[in-house]
Amino acid sequence: MSEKILMCGNEAMAEAAIRAGMDAYFGYPITPQNEVTAYMARRMPEEGRVFVQSESEIAAINMVFGASAVGARTMTSSSSPGISLMQEGISYLAGARLPAVVVNIMRGGPGLGNIAPSQSDYFQATRGGGHGDYRTIVLAPASVQELVEMMYLAFDLADLYRVTVVILGDGFLGQMMEPVDLDKRPAPRDLPVKDWALTGADGRKQNIVRSLWLQDGVLEEINLELQATYRQIEANEVLCEHYGTEDADFVLVSYGIMSRIVRSAVRKARCEGIKAGWIRPITLWPFPYEQINAVADEPRIFLTVEMSYGQMLDDVKLAVAGKCPVLFYGRAGGAVPTVEEVLGQIKKLAVPVA
Amino acid sequence: MQTIFERTPTLKDCPTHYCPGCGHGIAHRLISEVIDELDITSRTIGIAPVGCAVLAYNYLDVDMIEVAHGRAPAVATGMKRVHPDKIIFSYQGDGDLASIGAGEILHAVHRAEHITVIFINNAVYGMTGGQMAPTTVEKQITQTTPRGRDHNNEGFPLQVSEILAVMPGTIYVERCSVSNPGQVRHTKKSIKHAFELQMKNAPGLSLVEILSPCPTYWRMSPSQAMEWIEEVMVKSFPLCCLKDLSQS
Ligand SMILES: Cc1ncc(C[n+]2csc(CCOP(=O)(O)OP(=O)(O)O)c2C)c(N)n1
Repeated sequence: MSEKILMCGNEAMAEAAIRAGMDAYFGYPITPQNEVTAYMARRMPEEGRVFVQSESEIAAINMVFGASAVGARTMTSSSSPGISLMQEGISYLAGARLPAVVVNIMRGGPGLGNIAPSQSDYFQATRGGGHGDYRTIVLAPASVQELVEMMYLAFDLADLYRVTVVILGDGFLGQMMEPVDLDKRPAPRDLPVKDWALTGADGRKQNIVRSLWLQDGVLEEINLELQATYRQIEANEVLCEHYGTEDADFVLVSYGIMSRIVRSAVRKARCEGIKAGWIRPITLWPFPYEQINAVADEPRIFLTVEMSYGQMLDDVKLAVAGKCPVLFYGRAGGAVPTVEEVLGQIKKLAVPVA
Repeated sequence: MQTIFERTPTLKDCPTHYCPGCGHGIAHRLISEVIDELDITSRTIGIAPVGCAVLAYNYLDVDMIEVAHGRAPAVATGMKRVHPDKIIFSYQGDGDLASIGAGEILHAVHRAEHITVIFINNAVYGMTGGQMAPTTVEKQITQTTPRGRDHNNEGFPLQVSEILAVMPGTIYVERCSVSNPGQVRHTKKSIKHAFELQMKNAPGLSLVEILSPCPTYWRMSPSQAMEWIEEVMVKSFPLCCLKDLSQS
């Protein structure tokens, strides 16, 4: 029987990646995710696998590019400023159709910002921070247990669709300790053979991994293939959960660690007789547009709560499509909306109009 | 009839997109011949740069990857660490290796990666229209040094091979040229040596710098370009073996 152990998010995620069969890890130190790199440095050689501390995040993502191209399961992790540097590489991964997992344990920005938890990289993660028409799957865990389970899922989705999967966590999630069951994992997917991998043209034709297509019309075709993959992901991989939305007058939308604060605020509101509910997107791309849109069929007020100044808000508005009002409450730069603050926001809305 | 010379199989039988008199074609052929002579086609993985040689995979018949500008040594690191038994080489221009990718090559050497680097120094950025490269020589006229490179404004030519040769992470560094038949033969020997060291898992990076003509952006005839290498370019980039630890 598997048992629960107490681990911090960063270490639990690192161990889960190893158990998910990751062959190679590349990373550059940055707070608040240094525990990942340190854990990998210790554990990967024990498993006879690859660990390299790179000279920069640009190098780290390109090492991932190389390792992925030769068929390895590979990942890197960083925090906001480092993820900015990786955008070139993530665009190339998309263009070359290479699977990879990138973990962003977000911290305050812009610029060097601070090392406090934040959710300010939503735009960058969900809109593709690099150049070109591409998407990355974005998973937003809300507990250490979920972080663990999402590592298994991330590697499978990356290999299945040949895309980059971003795990979008924050400094809280990376640093906090929670009991986890490391063996609890989602059902493994049926994965295609990596016949495109560069393993040496031994008894087969040359394999080429590339993202440059100069001939007339070819790049459009490549883009259409990518788009077809993205449509497939949107159709099959949306994850979200909700509570109390059947009768709620107020629907709070939040993700990641923020959703736990929102949950408490909604519970308190219910105790005070206010009909509140919540929706929590688990995949930020593909975003649960349909699920949120369905909830907006009844007249309600939506309140998006983020540790940012309103990024997911745009997606919630797109989902609601003008059917209901969508309001926002958020703080960032290291500030975190408290349960009381969120409850206060709900109560403000619930005041009967005289 | 007796065949006395054949195209080496790793070099594909097709015309290239290179300008007349360009050195990339010669370098491609030498690499192909070496791969065939060492019989490593089935376990070699090549890395094409951003630059005129970006389409090298259209000419070299081995598994190949095209990477972001200057990042080849980092990509090579990822590949070699996962597959130490494969022969990994990057093929990089001077803008790619000495400018935007200076950090990546320095740190691949710093980590003593067991890879081979073919460094094509043509003293300009060819693909983007002949701008100054870090390797542009003093007084050389380029699109972005219209009055000639002046060290008061643009600094001095960057001798990357000399820098890398003093680092413990290189096992072999040689600067050659393709400016005459003798040099072409010597360049091939150097490339072969570099690959052989990797095959022996020699502890370090092997690099061959090749002074290579760009008649188009040097605004010269192909033969003048060969002369310019020998009369002008070698003054900033002397032809020599800068390091060979396999001899000691
Ligand atoms: C990030 C980025 N910046 C700039 C470019 C444009 N660019 C393409 S090739 C090149 C220079 C290549 O010069 P070099 O490495 O000397 O190779 P050559 O073309 O001379 O063989 C540049 C700047 C690019 N593709 N990517």
